[in-house]
Amino acid sequence: MRLYLKYFSIHLKSVMEYKTSFLLTAIGQGMTTLFSFISMYFLFNRFGNVEGYTFNQVLLCFSTIFMSFALAECFGRGFDRFSAIISNGEFDRIMLRPRNEIIQVLGSKIEFSRIGRLTQAVIIFVYGIVTCGVEWTIGKILTLTLMILGGVCLFFSLFMIYAAICFFTVEGLEFMNIFTDGGREIAQYPLNIYSKWVLKFFTFIVPLAFVNYYPYLYLINKVSENTILYMISPVCAIFFIVPAFCLWKIGVRHYKSTGS
Amino acid sequence: MISYWSFFKIRFINGLQYRAAAYAGVVTQFAWGFMYIMLYHSFYRSNPSAISMNISELSSYIWLQQSFLALFMTWFLDEEIFESISSGNVAYEMCRPLNIYNMWFAKNCAIRVSRAILRCFPILIFASFLPETYKFYGPASIYSFMLFLISVVIGTMVVVAYCMLIYIFTFYTISSVGIRMTMVMTADFFAGGLVPLPLLPEYLTKFIYLSPFAAMQNTPFRIYTGGIPVNEAVKSIILQLFWAVVLILVGKFILSRAIKRVIVQGG
Repeated sequence: MRLYLKYFSIHLKSVMEYKTSFLLTAIGQGMTTLFSFISMYFLFNRFGNVEGYTFNQVLLCFSTIFMSFALAECFGRGFDRFSAIISNGEFDRIMLRPRNEIIQVLGSKIEFSRIGRLTQAVIIFVYGIVTCGVEWTIGKILTLTLMILGGVCLFFSLFMIYAAICFFTVEGLEFMNIFTDGGREIAQYPLNIYSKWVLKFFTFIVPLAFVNYYPYLYLINKVSENTILYMISPVCAIFFIVPAFCLWKIGVRHYKSTGS
Repeated sequence: MISYWSFFKIRFINGLQYRAAAYAGVVTQFAWGFMYIMLYHSFYRSNPSAISMNISELSSYIWLQQSFLALFMTWFLDEEIFESISSGNVAYEMCRPLNIYNMWFAKNCAIRVSRAILRCFPILIFASFLPETYKFYGPASIYSFMLFLISVVIGTMVVVAYCMLIYIFTFYTISSVGIRMTMVMTADFFAGGLVPLPLLPEYLTKFIYLSPFAAMQNTPFRIYTGGIPVNEAVKSIILQLFWAVVLILVGKFILSRAIKRVIVQGG
């Protein structure tokens, strides 16, 4: 952990050497969130509701996902560069050092520019909480915290799986985007507005529904029985990190240097 | 002219080599297309009275968008050009007895066209066999199809000319990421990349339709689906042509200014 903090401060210092550039990048990053927010607003402006959900209710969903994605991205983007680390042989060096490989890979890139995205996510999040009309109780606050935590773990695991696959393919696989960026897009809305199989897929294969849908139903008072189960459902998403970690371990064992 | 054409050919053939990546891309784009159509369907179901673009038109629009992503998305930028500008290698390019704007323009067109050709057919063919309302429908008429083809070509030119501006602004900053993201996101939204333009409120689209952004993907796709009827299509194509010329001229002008004051940072 201390090593990671060291990496963290080095990256922070290097970014701060170019303050204007950093600021511009952060603003640019923020635009992504801003424009998705605007397009969503216009859609609701035209249609009024989607499957009975109002704009402010969906906003809560949207902002929790954006929050967790921005947080996961901030720390997990090192995995994104992983195909480069493998193909230029840098991973050999990492393996030689007597430290945990994951921390070194993560430390290779920490994206502070995502702070722009994170700030906007926080603003929308606060706005969503204030306007969604949910009466906040201790249980609900706890659930919301779990949702964000679960979301961070889930996206983080997905980034890790993406990197682990690079052990076998060397190249990064573009279709993993369906689960990371696509997951973020799709989970902006409660999952039951899509076809049934989408909800099933994101319950049993990628547990996205456990951060976005089931606990969310509890938040907006749509469940009447077994509330406890809905409340703690994000825990399933946290456990998703276990298979991701296993895959990573298998990958490391399978690793053959590219030799360059 | 011949030299620019050969630049185009080199890049085009080079681009066709990445077939595996293209097939992976096809799968991804298919999933995205599905997702968007499902999303709009549930909006349509929730309030059928507010529809401003009927459902078959919407499905065709989404599939066209996904299959021609490489042609019309402003974020398909050539990393090599950014590299050469920030590393100073651009000096070599400037030594050549060629117009740098035309050269980059030709290269960019080639990359986009080669990528789009590899990707569009599998998506469109597969999508036209999907069940009703999800499927990719045929063109509104044979005329609109022909106008669509013309409009795609001009639309691509508008997009490339816009991207050239992004490259050129890189001359003025050391790190281009900020400007790049801002310009890309703006174009993406106003061109109808996030939400098809007819679904936006009218007080905005009034202006957007006149802007260069609408000339990018909105015009060709909506000519195809019949959203822009044939008699108006000619007008929109002329507008596209206008924007293509304006953007190219502006780009050439700024580039000539930028080159005069370019300082190559050693290396």
